[in-house]
Amino acid sequence: MARSPATCRYDIRIIALSATYGVLLIGATWLFKHHQVTGPLAWVVAILPALPIVGMFAAIGVYLVEETDEYVRVLMVRQTLWASGFALSIATVWGFLESFGLVGHVAPYCVVILWYAGLGLGGLANGLMTLRRGA
Amino acid sequence: MNNRLKVLRAERNWSQGDLADRLGVSRQSVNAIETGRYDPSLPLAFKIAELFALPIETIFVSPSEETAQ
Repeated sequence: MARSPATCRYDIRIIALSATYGVLLIGATWLFKHHQVTGPLAWVVAILPALPIVGMFAAIGVYLVEETDEYVRVLMVRQTLWASGFALSIATVWGFLESFGLVGHVAPYCVVILWYAGLGLGGLANGLMTLRRGA
Repeated sequence: MNNRLKVLRAERNWSQGDLADRLGVSRQSVNAIETGRYDPSLPLAFKIAELFALPIETIFVSPSEETAQ
């Protein structure tokens, strides 16, 4: 299946943001490990690796605006709903388990990993729906 | 929503890809509309009707008529 221009631009943005994330994470980790940053600068450096992740969410938003194929856009919206529902549900259940001391603490940014796993589930659900309705 | 898109396309010997190109959408979209998995927006429905030079209601079956049948 031919990829739309919007999809190609989305892919390029995600690749660029992933590479940026890798560089910033390695850099920030190195700086903190070698005690190179303190005070307000430490806050800035600690936040830097988060920015490309935030950018990935923005890239999805931009993609939804740019995608001219309405059906493909609907599929992506469905996927993001799956992702949000999946990540928020697990985070909520985990939060309560954690509150009652039954499980250990997990860093909140792990929700992003769950969200992307949910995006994959949404893609699977889209595929299964296509098969079930006899494409 | 049921429709006659597949029949109209076949009458013209167009593949799903041909129709998709003419409408400026993906083949996936044409497939989803033909199989009733997706109801097109009003602008896309008008575009389809204009392409086949037919009124919308002769291409797409009204859901209320489907229920009545």
